[in-house]
Formats: sequence, C-alpha cells, structure tokens
Amino acid sequence: MDPDERGHFGPFGGRFVPEALIAALDELDIHYRKAMADPTFLSEFDRMLRQYAGTPSLLYDATRLSEQAGARILLKREDLNHTGAHKVRNVLGQALLTKRMGKHRVIAETGAGQHGVASATAAAYLDLECIVYMGELDTQRQALNVARMKMLGATVIPVTNGSRTLKDAINEALRDWVTNVDSTHYLLGTVAGPHPFPVMVRDFVRGIGVEAREQCHELTGALPDAVAACVGGGSNAIGLFHAFIPDETVRLYGFEGGGDGVETGRHSASLSGGSRGVLHGARTFIMQDEDGQTIESHSISAGLDYPSVGPEHAWLHDQKRAVYEAVTDTEAMDAFALLCRTEGIIPALESAHALAGALRIVPKLKAELGREPVIIVNLSGRGDKDMHTAGDYFGLLS
Amino acid sequence: MTTAKAFTKGRPALVGYLPTGFPTVAGAKEAIAAMVASGVDIVEVGLPYSDPVIDGPVIQRASEQALANGVRTRDVFDTVAAVAGQGVPIVVMTYWNPVERYGVDAFARDLANAGGSGLITPDLIPDEAGEWLAASDEHDLDRIFLVSPSSTDDRIAMTTSHCRGFVYATAVMGVTGARESTSTAAPTLVSRVKGVTNLPVGVGLGVRNGAQVREIAAYADAVIVGSALVSALAESGTAGVAALTQELRSGLPA
Repeated sequence: MDPDERGHFGPFGGRFVPEALIAALDELDIHYRKAMADPTFLSEFDRMLRQYAGTPSLLYDATRLSEQAGARILLKREDLNHTGAHKVRNVLGQALLTKRMGKHRVIAETGAGQHGVASATAAAYLDLECIVYMGELDTQRQALNVARMKMLGATVIPVTNGSRTLKDAINEALRDWVTNVDSTHYLLGTVAGPHPFPVMVRDFVRGIGVEAREQCHELTGALPDAVAACVGGGSNAIGLFHAFIPDETVRLYGFEGGGDGVETGRHSASLSGGSRGVLHGARTFIMQDEDGQTIESHSISAGLDYPSVGPEHAWLHDQKRAVYEAVTDTEAMDAFALLCRTEGIIPALESAHALAGALRIVPKLKAELGREPVIIVNLSGRGDKDMHTAGDYFGLLS
Repeated sequence: MTTAKAFTKGRPALVGYLPTGFPTVAGAKEAIAAMVASGVDIVEVGLPYSDPVIDGPVIQRASEQALANGVRTRDVFDTVAAVAGQGVPIVVMTYWNPVERYGVDAFARDLANAGGSGLITPDLIPDEAGEWLAASDEHDLDRIFLVSPSSTDDRIAMTTSHCRGFVYATAVMGVTGARESTSTAAPTLVSRVKGVTNLPVGVGLGVRNGAQVREIAAYADAVIVGSALVSALAESGTAGVAALTQELRSGLPA
C-alpha cells in the first residue's frame, strides 16, 4: 500500500522534524519520484544490483531443515549478496540517487555496523565522501566493522552522548544533516524516519519480495502460505512483504527482538511491546515511558536493537494485515544453531529471529491449512559478523 | 497572558531559555526567577527530552542530567506556575512526543492553567499539527512554529499563517549552541518573514553576548538566547544566569 503524498500510512508516518530539513526532504522526494519513473535510473540500479550486488538472490529449498520443521521452508538467501545482507540494495539505490541530486557527501548511522559498511561500500563504488555516525559503545562492540568501514575509505565518528548506541547515532546524523544539508544526503539505513525515507527505502528493497514471489511460483507452482522476516527498523521485512500485500492468502509475519522476554521490559519489540508515539521523524510504534521519553531497547542482535519501527509496519500491524510477534534471545539462538547444523548456513542473529518465529507458527498454520505449510523465511544476512556473540553464547571461545 | 504583551515596549524583546529540572526542579525555578528579575521579556521553559535532535551539546547534556534526576512532564507546569504572574509571558519549548504522550489537549489545558502563554515546537510543523491547532485555539495559547533559511517562500507564508504570538526564525542551519558570530542568513530570513506577516519575528540559535543582541535587535523583534544561559547556569549557577541576562539586556535600549 502507498502512503498519502505527505507520507502518511493511516495515522502513521509523516514528518516530525525541524523545519530546516523540510526543503531537503521535499527535494529528495521530488528526485526520488522522478528517478523511479526514469527508465535510465531504473536500468542503472538494476545493473548495479545484478552485476555488483549479485541479485536476484537464491530462493533455497531447505530440505533438511524442512524435515525437522514439519513445513516446507524456503530461504531467501539475501545473506549471499555482496556485503552479506539485504542492505546493499538500499545503499546502492540511495547512493545512485545522491549522484543524481548532484551531492557528493553521504552520512549514515549504524548500530552493529552493517549499514555503515554497506554505505561505505556504496560510497567507494560510486566515489562519494562517506561519514558514518556510530554510538561509542557500538564502536567498541563492533571494532572489526569499524575497521572495515575505514578500509573502504569512510570516516567513522563515535557518538558519545545519550545511550551511545544506534538511536543516538541517528540523532547525531540528523544534526549533521541540518547543518550540511546543501552538500549532503542522509543515507538512512531503514524504512523509518520522515517521509520520503520509509517509502523510498521500501522501493529500493522491495525486489526481495518480487524475486521471492516469482521464485516460489517456479519452485512450488503456487504462492507461499506465509512469509516471515525479522523486524528492527523493518527494511528486510517490508522488502519481503511488499510484493505479497495484495495476495490475501499469504500471511505476513514479522518477528521482533524479544530480548529477555517482552514481560521483562528488556526487549526491542516496538510493535508487540511498545505504544504509539513519535521518534526520529515519524509517528509509529516506539518504546517509551509514561512521559514519552524513549526507553533503551535490548536484543542479542544489534540489528534489531532499536526502540522504534518503520511507519508502514505500524500501519500493517494496525490494519492486522501483518502479524508481529516477539522472539526471545534464547529462541533465536536455538534457531541459529539449528540452521548451522541442518543446512550448513550460519545466519545473522537478526535472521535467526525470523527463522525461530517461522518454526513457532508451523503447528498453527498446519492446523489452519490441514497440510504442511510453505513458508518463505528471509535470510536477511549472514552470521560471520556475529561469531563473537555466538561463540560466547555457546561457550566456544576458551 | 499572551506573548504579545512583550512586544509593546517600543524596543525588541529579550527571550531567555532554561530547561525545567536542570540542575534540579527547584534550581531551575530559582534560575528562571533570576532571569526574569534581570530583564528578560519572555521566558522559554524547556521540557527535557531523551532525543533532542535540534539541540547542540550544551542543551543535550542539561536534558540528560535533568532526566537522570527524574524530571517529569508535569514538572514543566509546576515550573511555569512558579514564575507566572510577574508580568512576563512564559512559553514552553518542547519536542513533540512528550506532548502527544501526555495528550495534546490535556497538555494545552494544564499549560494554560499554570499560566503559560504558548508552545514553541521545534519538531512539529504546521502540516502535522492538526490536534495542536485545535487545542491551542480551545485553550487560547500562542503557537510558535519555526522558520529556517532553507524554508521556501510558500512554506514561510503557510507556517506564519499558523503562528500566533511570534515567529521563531532559526538564524543558522544547524543545532543550538553559542557561536562566535551570528548568521548572515538571519537578516534575509527576517525580511522574508516580515514580507508575509505582521507578527513579531524572534531570532535564535547562537547568541551569547550583548553585542550579538544589539546586532540582531537592529532587524528582529526578539532576540532568543538558550545555550549560553544554560552554560552560565551549569558553570556559575543562578548568579551566572543573572549576570549573563544583564549583559544580554545591555544590548537593548533601556
């Protein structure tokens, strides 16, 4: 579904930003709309995706996993893309748009460093200056990704205020953008933020679902019964969901970071454990206290560790078109281990949440359908970056 | 009392900002009282917020400290009530989420009851402000939206048509914080605003001394000072606030 022209998905989305940014957002909106209607832009974007990023990614029939799961599980292998995740689609789209706008500098925020690495990659590829804001705490937790960004020529600025994590990195990137808006594009990493970011980023990543829908037809002769993805800000999930929204028989499942369990308060489940509010430029579901102050989120997966979510997800949730549930750290780590052992694939911790959630819904779907369900799970990224966490968790590092 | 009263003195007004709850709720009240006694014409009371995207390091740190000390939304009404009734209009400056969370109409009601004159909303543009436009009419409050050097003429006209009390012109593209020199963009922006509205225009972002006040007073109706006062409070307490206010006030005619 599309938002109104000011970016509202029902009551969600919109623009809750300083007036100083409105001109830049309007400019971005105009350029993005023109670009999406320009065959030259679209074919160049498509060429980069195929020749540089390695898409379309495989839809892999995970037979050994399926046996264990009691369902036919098809894995959308976004982990095989260049830079190891779905994020390369978004950064290539935005970097190409940056060139088209005549800007030469991009800024990006990053939590675990994946979007930072992807942005640095696209900037190197398209010859743009790249500044990455990263919470100081995250630069320590993800030192290797900091090194990767620097190797790729980006400048990494540790953010030392607030909770020194992703949300503060976003604040700092917004401050930079307010100051340098003439020369700079804010290469936002997910389907959140003020209009047009949620709809623009969605359009750059929606190829995931378009490909998966076609590939599923080829493999099974039919649509899947359900598609499942993890949800932090929500870009890989909206990327998978979007092409399936009109398909009423296809259930859409988003799995959020449940941390220690939603009931403990230590989680990052904005939809299943948060409430309506405004954060980082949009009205959506956020984690906040009684006074509307943002609550710090928790998840074993850095990519899900964010106290807000894209407004289109808030709308899909509100309309009950998609179902959002929380998956705990423990459930995610169990699924992580299972995929390693049954398929020889080490998933990102984020993607392990999607897999754990998919396994959970199998009995319910089976009962509804009277047969084994077909479920597409978005394997949004690879797990190399998470080996330290996994090694710690499973006691493999002595 | 509306903020209009502050613009009837035949000279530009001085607007001083301090956040509630910094260094403590009681300390902020004392500092604001000192600011009033030392000559500000309008008080701006800030409501600390966890994600202040338009603020520089000084106000960020003050907000963090106030929140760490447990400041609550209701404290802002208490602060307003404590300094109301002294002939100086008081407006609250707040990011939008705390207002939405409190309930827009309830916030407007409680602010009006405390003696507040209106709201400055740095991350709420009129395009998204339906509920606030209604609540501010209902409770007779001023609404001060921001305009920026990057605003188009159309947006300046639209934004000012929704303002009441005065218009807040952000003089520089950037976050709050004291600067060595004020912006060259500000006089141009003020004249663009004055081309489409009769409302007074206040200029803020970066002012820290009497000389800058004098410079801005030559073309604007109000000079808005925030970070410099917060720094003065952090470094030298209430006495520092009083001294700086007097220094700022010296930039205006008696």
